[in-house]
Amino acid sequence: MNRVLKILFFGVLVKPLVLVVLGLHIVNRRALPLLGPAVIAANHNSHLDTLVLMSLFPLSRIHQVRPVAAADYFLKNPLLAWFSLNIIGIIPLQRKHCRNIEKLFKQCHQALDDKDILIIFPEGTRGKPGQMGSIKKGLFYLLKDRRDTEIIPVVMRGLGQALPRGEALFVPFNCDVIIGNQLRLPDDSKEFPRNLAEVYKELSRHCLTRAGMEEDEEVEETE
Amino acid sequence: MFGIPQNSFYFMLTVISLLLIATAVRLILRSRNSAKDDTELRQRIHSWWVIIGLLFFVLISGETFSIVFFAFLSFLALKEFLSIVPTRYADRRVILWAYLSIPVQYYWVSMPWYGMFIIFIPVYIFLLLPMRMALIGETKGFIRSAGIIHWAVMLTVFSCSHIAYLLKLPLKNADAGCIGLVLFLLFMTECNDISQYIWGKTFGKHKIIPKISPNKTLEGFLGGLVTVTCCAGLLAPLLTPMHIWHGFLAGVIISFSGFLGDIVISSVKRDLQIKDSGSLIPGHGGILDRMDSLFYTTPLFFHYIYYLYY
Repeated sequence: MNRVLKILFFGVLVKPLVLVVLGLHIVNRRALPLLGPAVIAANHNSHLDTLVLMSLFPLSRIHQVRPVAAADYFLKNPLLAWFSLNIIGIIPLQRKHCRNIEKLFKQCHQALDDKDILIIFPEGTRGKPGQMGSIKKGLFYLLKDRRDTEIIPVVMRGLGQALPRGEALFVPFNCDVIIGNQLRLPDDSKEFPRNLAEVYKELSRHCLTRAGMEEDEEVEETE
Repeated sequence: MFGIPQNSFYFMLTVISLLLIATAVRLILRSRNSAKDDTELRQRIHSWWVIIGLLFFVLISGETFSIVFFAFLSFLALKEFLSIVPTRYADRRVILWAYLSIPVQYYWVSMPWYGMFIIFIPVYIFLLLPMRMALIGETKGFIRSAGIIHWAVMLTVFSCSHIAYLLKLPLKNADAGCIGLVLFLLFMTECNDISQYIWGKTFGKHKIIPKISPNKTLEGFLGGLVTVTCCAGLLAPLLTPMHIWHGFLAGVIISFSGFLGDIVISSVKRDLQIKDSGSLIPGHGGILDRMDSLFYTTPLFFHYIYYLYY
């Protein structure tokens, strides 16, 4: 039943809206895995990030695409919780006050065992519009004992201008979705954020979108 | 035929035959030299089939549907433009107003209310958008944003809406119908793009503007000019109210302005250091890449015939 609702939600609503109202510039779409276990590690600026990433998958696969999302935010009120858990199919993650790492990742491991594709935002939050936050090590600890899992880095740009954090008004913009090739997990947890940040920087060279990026930021970027 | 005026119908058939020839030529070239990668040419021709198919379908479906279609094209072009240029976070609400000008502008077209259509964006939107920006109150980068947003609306909404207004001009050539003018303008503009490219590839030596577009040559430009002028003169009496001499001049205007539109959008892309403005149309790039010359040819052609015949 939930699977039907999810397919309907994405097929009837999300996919057409993403196509017409947003418009995507996708690079290297072939690198997107259709079968798990895999992790999509994307940068995060907007709630739309999750929907856009999920819309890239065929409807027949979409029930196996599971965003990992903050429990403190998405399970806050019952309506949002029902929608997030049943229609989007999120894996809720306790961001705060959790010392037991095994318990924290239990559902993620379960999903990866089921050959699901997880969507994870390694910055852990949406941050300021148009800016890359610091990358956390959570993803490293999740995958360090399951090195067979594919990690696909993805950079998105433009969605932070279409629907930034703390705004309810949506404004149409074209968005970049730059998909990278499989990332190798380093041996040391300290290297992980640095490696991923470098990959993100490399991928953002393919971006066309400048919406939401003021000139001086841009100058900094090219130097 | 099928409710389409006779001349326009035969013209559409001609365009489809030209596309068939292009497809056949590509297939023959490939069978002779199968090692060469022809992905881009294949994508280009395939996209042409889709564009032409969609356009003809829309034009046949009637006036209202066509106006909605051109409004949607304006939306796609404006969205693409405002996404590739740097805008500020504070501009989001202003940009929403810019989008809202599209349905209003095309509503004037559908009425048709020429007086309002011709001043709405150059006067009212021109004054309104900076006012909205001032009310938001972010002054850093104000001048640049005001310039960018209004320029984008002028190109993608004001210019583009002239195509739709061609459909609303009084009928003067019953054999071509209202769609004759649209077909004439679109075909001549694209014919100019393609023939400049082919002449340039074959005989090109002297670069015109190497700083902006290293592939543009004097030979290509002149070849396109002659080709389009001849075609325009011959087709004008069939598709438009113009007689042959006015048709020749229309060809000259379209060829010149098409070239200008092309280099203006090329300069924008060069400034932003991107090659294509998007990837909506495989083999062509983004919608701005395809419509660049139209932004210039459309209003100039419109006002040329409007002055002479309406």
